[in-house]
Amino acid sequence: MNADCIVIMGSNMAEAHPVGFQWVMEAKARGAEVIHVDPRFTRTSALADLHVPLRAGTDVAFLGGVIKYILDNDLDFREYVTAYTNASFLVDERYVDTEDLDGLFSGYDPETGSYDRSSWQYEGVDAEGADGVRAKEQSSSYEAGAGGAPLEGVGEGVASDPTLEHPRCVFQILRRHFARYTPEVVSTICGVPVDRFLRVCRAWTENSGRERTTALVYSVGWTQHTTGPQNVRAGSIIQLLLGNIGRPGGGVYALRGHANIQGSTDIPTLFNLLPGYLPMPDTSHENLAAYLENIRGKDQKGFWYNADAYTVSLLKEYWGEKATPENDFCFDYLPRINGDHATYRTVMDMVEGRVFGYFLLGQNPAVGSAHGHLQRMAMANLDWVVVRDLAMIESATFWKDSPEIETGEIVPEKCRTEVFFFPAASHVEKSGTFTQTQRMVQWRDQAVEPRGDQRSELWFFHRLGVLLRERLAGSTDERDRPLLDLAWDYAMEGDEPSAEDVLRRINGIDLRTGKPVNGYPELRADGTTSSGCWLYSGVFADGVNQAARRRSHLEQEAYDLEWGWTWPLNRRVLYNRASADPEGRPWSERKALVWWDAEKGEWTGHDVPDFERAKPPDYRPPAGAVGPEALRGDDPFIMQADGKAWLFAPSGLVDGPLPTHYEPHESPVRNLLYGQQGSPARKVYGRPDNPSNPAPPEPNLDVFPFVFTASRLTEHHTAGGMSRQVPYLAELQPALFVEVSPELATERGLAHLGWAHVVTSRGAVDARVVVTDRMTPLRLPDRVLHQVWMPYHFGQSGVVRGDVVNDLIGVVVDPNVFIQESKVLTCDVQPGRRPRGRALLEYLEGYRRRAGVTEETGTRIATAGRLDPPAHTERT
Amino acid sequence: MTRENSFYGPLEDPAADAGHLDHPERVGFFTDTSVCIGCKACEVACKEWNLVPEDGFNLLGMSFDNTGMLGADSWRHVAFIEQPRRLGGQDAGVAGLPTGPSRIEETTEVVSAALRETERGGGELGTESVDLGFPSFELPGAGNGAEARTDFRWLMASDVCKHCTHAGCLDVCPTGALFRTEFGTVVVQEDICNGCGYCVSGCPYGVIDRREGDGRAWKCTLCYDRLRDGLEPACAKACPTDSIQFGPLAELRERAQERLEQLHADGVSEARLYGESPDDGVGGHGAVFLLLDEPEVYGLPPDPVVPTRDAGAMWRSAAVAASAFVVAALSAFLGRARP
Repeated sequence: MNADCIVIMGSNMAEAHPVGFQWVMEAKARGAEVIHVDPRFTRTSALADLHVPLRAGTDVAFLGGVIKYILDNDLDFREYVTAYTNASFLVDERYVDTEDLDGLFSGYDPETGSYDRSSWQYEGVDAEGADGVRAKEQSSSYEAGAGGAPLEGVGEGVASDPTLEHPRCVFQILRRHFARYTPEVVSTICGVPVDRFLRVCRAWTENSGRERTTALVYSVGWTQHTTGPQNVRAGSIIQLLLGNIGRPGGGVYALRGHANIQGSTDIPTLFNLLPGYLPMPDTSHENLAAYLENIRGKDQKGFWYNADAYTVSLLKEYWGEKATPENDFCFDYLPRINGDHATYRTVMDMVEGRVFGYFLLGQNPAVGSAHGHLQRMAMANLDWVVVRDLAMIESATFWKDSPEIETGEIVPEKCRTEVFFFPAASHVEKSGTFTQTQRMVQWRDQAVEPRGDQRSELWFFHRLGVLLRERLAGSTDERDRPLLDLAWDYAMEGDEPSAEDVLRRINGIDLRTGKPVNGYPELRADGTTSSGCWLYSGVFADGVNQAARRRSHLEQEAYDLEWGWTWPLNRRVLYNRASADPEGRPWSERKALVWWDAEKGEWTGHDVPDFERAKPPDYRPPAGAVGPEALRGDDPFIMQADGKAWLFAPSGLVDGPLPTHYEPHESPVRNLLYGQQGSPARKVYGRPDNPSNPAPPEPNLDVFPFVFTASRLTEHHTAGGMSRQVPYLAELQPALFVEVSPELATERGLAHLGWAHVVTSRGAVDARVVVTDRMTPLRLPDRVLHQVWMPYHFGQSGVVRGDVVNDLIGVVVDPNVFIQESKVLTCDVQPGRRPRGRALLEYLEGYRRRAGVTEETGTRIATAGRLDPPAHTERT
Repeated sequence: MTRENSFYGPLEDPAADAGHLDHPERVGFFTDTSVCIGCKACEVACKEWNLVPEDGFNLLGMSFDNTGMLGADSWRHVAFIEQPRRLGGQDAGVAGLPTGPSRIEETTEVVSAALRETERGGGELGTESVDLGFPSFELPGAGNGAEARTDFRWLMASDVCKHCTHAGCLDVCPTGALFRTEFGTVVVQEDICNGCGYCVSGCPYGVIDRREGDGRAWKCTLCYDRLRDGLEPACAKACPTDSIQFGPLAELRERAQERLEQLHADGVSEARLYGESPDDGVGGHGAVFLLLDEPEVYGLPPDPVVPTRDAGAMWRSAAVAASAFVVAALSAFLGRARP
């Protein structure tokens, strides 16, 4: 709302986040320019000042071009960049850039498809956790979540050149790295005319700096790629160069996909994370001390240094009085991971028979996860599935009505899976919290009693715990201790655990007084505090449910500090110390947010300062200081190991310290910039049941000539379980359709509202044709490229039905966070309906044969400078 | 208390005109289509609150519009209009892209043909089907296949009952089922309506409609029950971008005027208000619209006139005709009386 320009890229904000989009409209009404960069003209584009169609999956090339434009024209906010980023830091001599290695960074091993990252470090800084193979198996970047990656030996400062002239300083490395990303190259790769690309550059830079700020918005259009995290990195680099982080109207907005997705990563359901982005221990962590030493640098700066207090408080919350200093606070009760246990690996393990049961809570993988066919075949090979949902979804009925019944791949009479369906209470039938995109925790009260057998998740898991503990009571088996010793003692309201008490316990308790703590700085590592998630400490400050505050915005100041509660410590803008200059004065009056009040000797402003309140701007740490004490008075990025924002990421990412343009896993186009075609560290799963369409340098590209992308409609919700069942929603988008340009319709003989089917090497899907000018072909050097789009909400049950679009998508993931590449692939489109039954299998086999697809297709990922790269299949 | 103006022309206070002595301010909608994002939350909220049944699960192919038109089972309708034209200062990003001519006319033909097949032939829209979403601005065959795209716009607008100052539906209702509320709005009482259907032909916008299998006439009530409880109508409450605004009509008219001036200043010269003038054919709407082009583009009649406009003149003509008969009859007698 305070932005002067809003760049929306990889996001259909108006359709997928209509409620948040009101603030974009508000900013536009105040004169902000709205730019939408997206392959399709969507409802977001309809309201934007400028829409830029680009080829799906070329975001890094586009953003790299913007970075080059900024650097070439000296348009960066130099004072901000020098003071607050690592632009001046020197990088190790051994570091070699993609410029010199044909698209690879130094340290690459083609046999494992991973990087040894020791050469990416700052000069004189020890490499920690640089083992790329392990990192790639455990999605270790995600584990670095809240704290940023650990660094050793930065307490005394990193070698730097404040003039930014040193050839090995980050700023100069950035210049060299993006030297190839000229407007002409951007135009050729992305299919965006040069003048339109330059218009975006001008709008972005002219609306940034001391007096003005630009906001950047993205969603899963950026993340669901093999280069997903690097897309976000590229956007962050631009925002840092332009001084748009930590300031009003600036920022990078990661719009989440559902009401509480932010909450479910903060307090996660992920295999490699504990609450508050503490990493899940792995098999190398013998004890608590080894774990703590591993997750933070020995003498690193910042608040992540206190991870010991966060971890011990979490263990105290889990195991209460049973957790003592003598037994390492029950650290050994935590499971250890030793590899990839993420969702897609687990599904493949189900196919192999290595997994026996599956809990599905508000999740419909038979429709909503990539490679629907693989998902359903996996579930059909389990002993049991528990489905808790509002309606009887496809993941509960796959054994009797999935598409595999028709093809004979699943036979209801023989399917061994036992399905338990539990009706769930909806959000209006239970109290609790949602954590939204902007990290805001909002309490909601129960509106009505759940009907029939519908119960809340809280009730279900509490009850399950009670029953399991009853079943195990008296057991002397060591392995039952973690369950039996749990502090399973939440306050009850009838037979329903009190959600408010759970929130209080997440906040944390001072165990000496029994009172809630007021924030994470009060957490201690000696076992005298407990906290279910240190980031949420303060949500129950003063014993009050701060998330339930609802003071009208008419009765308070612009930042609405008394509406809900935002982690951490109700700070609305993260790293807002950066809104003031190094001396603590606002960069400009127009963009003032927090500043140093010398008279009172404290930070103050419109927002809660994201900084130690009494630390003056000229504070310099004493020699040997570590943790928060080591943060200078002008180090705004207080969670980072060096207090700075990272233009160059010396650790944390496993696929490169800087974003680089790689083609998608499935692309009809050769990488124009490097010999390295796709991301060299992406995780491929080369299996007969997970084939890939060919991509250069492989042959037969003409079998799947079109670029495919899928996303949502406003009218439906994700896998459709909550919308296809509701007539009022279903009637608004009653059928699955495929959007094609008028030109593609002519080329393939498709008629508006007629039938067509879309084909990949995984599956074929029927859809009605919608011919529209909103789909625009793009001009590439040697051809006109067509893109097609489909919504993915449909399945075989509900008031309105359709084929499962996710059946088209295969499994290939990025190596940092294991996100699947579902936003771009290649496909064919043919008029008429697809074959059914056995004929469908033969039809797909025919396609694979013509395209020469084997399980090795797409798995020879190292294409730079080698004639014979190794294949990465499950057999090798 | 029928005055000349009750049938036509400016009327300051329709509620008082209908006999409400001590009544609240006239309220209505201001629908600002320039900020509509086409989310259809208004359609859903309306149906949820008013228990309006679903309206069929048909893919209409009219852009993202699968509702089609206002009717007994759709009291809010979001229209989507895709056109190869420019919208104000917007750059749609398609100019110069490598294509043949837009073949949007082909989709128009498909939709028009489908509409002709429907029960009511699309005529309930009050306009020709060409205005449904894909009007063509090029002569068929004008493109030679080598041109590039020029421009594009996607307009969205939530339509609703206009709650006219002179409501054609109300004036022809023989049972008194339709009435003017104390808020100046027009509401059907479902327990009185006998389903005669006069109102359907009385509405110059094709809004009110009889429900199949029920026979009675239904339309937007401007959430009369919510108004009486001091709440805003469901659609306005649900609208995330405040495209639908509810309030005292006088205030909304002012706001609409301000917004129009702002858009004109921003270079959206085609923007205009619809139904704000008390001098128009229905004495002005209770639901004012800000449109980004001519009303026909949205499927709205350009110059709607309440049928009762001519009622006075018709009665006068009838009176003249009757007088003439009387004169003729008299003259016949008188003539005969002459020897």
